[in-house]
Amino acid sequence: MQDTLKLVTQVFGVSGNEEDIREVIFNEIKKYVDETRVDAMGNLIAVKKGRKKKIMLAAHMDEIGIIATFIDEDGFIRFSNIGGVSPFTSLGQRVRFRNGITGTISAEEKLEDFKGLKLGKLFIDIGCKNREEAEKLVKVGDTANFVGEFYVQGSSAVSKAMDDRSGCAVLIELIRNMPKTENEIYFVFTTQEEVGLRGAKTAAFGIMPDCAIAIDVTLTGDTPECGKREVKLGGGPAIKVKDNAYIAHPAIRRYLEELAAENGIPYTLELLDRGGSDPGAIQTTGIGVPCGGISIPCRGVHSPAEMVSLEDLEYCVKLTSLFIKNYKG
Amino acid sequence: MGIIQNLEYLSQLVAVPGYEKAAAEKCAGLFKDWCDQVRVDKFFNVVCTRKGTGKAAKKLMITAHIDEIGFLVNSIDEKGFAGLTNVGGIDSKILLAQEVIIHGKQDVLGIIGATPPHLLKAEDAGKAVKLRDIRVDTGYDGQELKKYVSVGDTVSLKSKFNKMNEQKASGKSLDNRASIACLLEILRLLAAVNHENDLIFIASAQEETHLTGVMTAAYELRPDAAIVIDTCHGDIPELPKEVSSTPGKGPEISIGPNLHPKLVAKFFELGKENGIPYQKMVEAGDTGTEAWATQVSANGIPTALLSIPIRYMHTAVETVNIEDIKHTARMVSEFAKLSSEQLGELLCL
Amino acid sequence: MLIKELTDLNGVSGNENEVREFIISKIEGLCDSYKVDSIGNIIAFKKGGGGKLKVMLSAHMDEVGFIVSGHSEKGFIRFKAVGGIDDRILPGKKVIVGKKRLSGVIGAKPIHQQEREEREKIAKIRNLYIDIGADSKEEAEKLAPLGEFIAFDSDFVKFGNDCIKAKALDDRVGCAVLIEALKHSFDFELYACFTVQEEVGLRGAQVAAYNVMPDVALVIEGTTCADVPEVDKHEYSTVLGNGAALTIMDRTCYCDRELVQYLYDVAVNNGIKVQYKQTTTGGNDAGQIQRTGNGVKTASISVPCRYIHSPVSVMSGRDYEAVERLTVAALYQMSRDRAFKGGW
Repeated sequence: MQDTLKLVTQVFGVSGNEEDIREVIFNEIKKYVDETRVDAMGNLIAVKKGRKKKIMLAAHMDEIGIIATFIDEDGFIRFSNIGGVSPFTSLGQRVRFRNGITGTISAEEKLEDFKGLKLGKLFIDIGCKNREEAEKLVKVGDTANFVGEFYVQGSSAVSKAMDDRSGCAVLIELIRNMPKTENEIYFVFTTQEEVGLRGAKTAAFGIMPDCAIAIDVTLTGDTPECGKREVKLGGGPAIKVKDNAYIAHPAIRRYLEELAAENGIPYTLELLDRGGSDPGAIQTTGIGVPCGGISIPCRGVHSPAEMVSLEDLEYCVKLTSLFIKNYKG
Repeated sequence: MGIIQNLEYLSQLVAVPGYEKAAAEKCAGLFKDWCDQVRVDKFFNVVCTRKGTGKAAKKLMITAHIDEIGFLVNSIDEKGFAGLTNVGGIDSKILLAQEVIIHGKQDVLGIIGATPPHLLKAEDAGKAVKLRDIRVDTGYDGQELKKYVSVGDTVSLKSKFNKMNEQKASGKSLDNRASIACLLEILRLLAAVNHENDLIFIASAQEETHLTGVMTAAYELRPDAAIVIDTCHGDIPELPKEVSSTPGKGPEISIGPNLHPKLVAKFFELGKENGIPYQKMVEAGDTGTEAWATQVSANGIPTALLSIPIRYMHTAVETVNIEDIKHTARMVSEFAKLSSEQLGELLCL
Repeated sequence: MLIKELTDLNGVSGNENEVREFIISKIEGLCDSYKVDSIGNIIAFKKGGGGKLKVMLSAHMDEVGFIVSGHSEKGFIRFKAVGGIDDRILPGKKVIVGKKRLSGVIGAKPIHQQEREEREKIAKIRNLYIDIGADSKEEAEKLAPLGEFIAFDSDFVKFGNDCIKAKALDDRVGCAVLIEALKHSFDFELYACFTVQEEVGLRGAQVAAYNVMPDVALVIEGTTCADVPEVDKHEYSTVLGNGAALTIMDRTCYCDRELVQYLYDVAVNNGIKVQYKQTTTGGNDAGQIQRTGNGVKTASISVPCRYIHSPVSVMSGRDYEAVERLTVAALYQMSRDRAFKGGW
């Protein structure tokens, strides 16, 4: 699991540019599934055939990042965000473009007050003398992800893009250790979640599943002066009650709670007050898809140093596995 | 039961978005005497059908959402106070000195008290209270409370239904139970009518959050046209005319890109022909109702929106004039009597 | 239950009629005589066993509320607060208007129509209005003329662990204790005074105390209790469930220190839960009574009430019981105690 996690978190895959990460995941799973396909939105859909319920498991493979919007005469790059990028966490960070070019983010020097810190006041320096030189390395429209090395300390793992490559790792792990089930399982590595749950919409329409579970990260309530949340790092999977995009179907939520309780899996309940996840798009597809979420507690979400617990990930695999094995509708 | 009795009953049902099951089943009970078939679907929409007599019957869907704004418990402290997350748009300023019911293993009354003004921290004085700072007093200590209540349990506003002066009433959830009462009244008016078209009545779920109920129901039922009944803002001193209608003067009929122009024009015509009062409201874009989702569901559905004026929307003292429910019901029942041919003509642009 | 009956009644300061009539119906037969004085206080007299001491019990009948102050063209009612009410709690609450007990609601602008800055702003009472379903100014004036009193609409409900929610717990709890006390007989002359207009400036008590000229006075009250999240412990004042609250000092009165100690000892000796009120905010009739005539040895015994002056005041049934028991026990102790014959 740790190796998989390291592999998938470090690959480039800013929303809309998921080619590399898709390739990596495809290679990890292809020999374990009956069928794979990539749809027009770039979702990677892997199927384990079955005769009973169609269950969609979704983890998004895209990550937040930036897009170069303007290169000035001196070779500095102005940029815009892809997904929820905060100017505060961006300042002083490194970004890496798909071609490996690395830049650092600085703020205009005359900026005196942090209140005025907007993305528009920041720029990327790739160490070029002028526009001409810079444009050989980075073009307007190129995207970059934040640089954040992977390391493990104790039972926690830190990296960029834990959101939601940790969810991808959970699905990969599950694919390799599939329980026996008559249900038909669709493992979907979705695209463009960070810019509005876009991949999940078409993937769900193509599958028309009987139910869907999203594996995504969620905010914790265990850091200094944070919001009140039951979710905590190392507290086991967080079973979704609601986020800003959807309300988990009560039947799915309760079933997950029962499975966890019966099988000694610690869990918390997640009521997320900001941010949404793929079921927001899946739920309203076709005649409607009852959805739920098995969430991974994550500190520092949308920063280059997102932290998850390896134990939580193991429990997420276990709970997801129990669900697909036992779900009867 | 009369409209006001129905409304009182409906107002006391609890249907926090996503958790409408119990209310939907009770609501189905009210519908069943008037319909050929009633069922509650997987998202807790109540779907109730009346077959038409026509050979080329069209399907007309008439919806009113059943859910109400509410909360979920997001924390329980050791003193027995519960924290809340809202489901649907709620002004936290109305919550001070408000009673709520926490629907745990058993219903638990909760009181939202106000911190005494002189004890407010300097930075909070003079500021509106935030939902994240609100704590519900349950009269239990934390350990006891956890026997009855868990994080994730639903919470509803508590408010009894009061009859007021001259055909008026106030209470919780009149947005949108007034419209559900209206559906029942439409069914009553049509009881002895042989209508050509198939009529599908839906008390839909999750309108206050993501319009989930009507989107999925519309996709499944594929109606040829839809009428959405919802509530709109009644005129109160703080609201300009452009965004409010006068209670007692009939439904507000919306005009704008969200609505099908021929359906709208037909309602105006029916109002005039039958002496039913109505008011007009211009909506430049999103009407903030199910009509917004219905119009683009499945292959696209020509949609009209009729709204019953409600004062103090999304508070525990929503106020309605019963006459408006009657006017709206008459209007829609006249529309439901159209022949399949007449309806068909309306549907092309 | 007596407290339920009492809190179901409306008695906004200056309009205590309903409460007065109810209390009279309850105390007739319990006392030797009673009178209603010029301002509206009930003064009930119970002669006792011949002791010279005059003891006054005081509880106020009035409650905070509102009064109709105007009518808009469209039939809405403008209103003013009677007594101290926090403007923040008003939007979206139910009220009962006037003698006809009309249902009304205090309007609130829908969240959908509020600009961002408005969402942060607190409505001031002068900008609020009550809707009673009148369609015109004339209709509103007819239904609710100027000067009609308005009370909060809130049921008495038991909930939680022996808790009670109601409006006007301040000070119907005191009224209930006085009615209970009148069922007992003491050695001394007992004057049970049910006062008016406490909430607008301790006005009834001033008149009552002057009429009675007591030696000792016990004021039975509902007092502030802020033991809720977001408030620092030293600001709690009282704690729900910790028993009868004795005031040491507040804005209106530095209670007689000997009498307070005396009450504390009575509580301890009788196994009654007691606590000191640990802030000096608030005030009550004790302030007026203490300064009457030659001065009166005065103390306050209170039931802690969370969210006081709102429609959803909360108290603990056990605290109420402690106050009732302490009051009666103290009166019996005074009866027995020679120190009290003829004063201290």
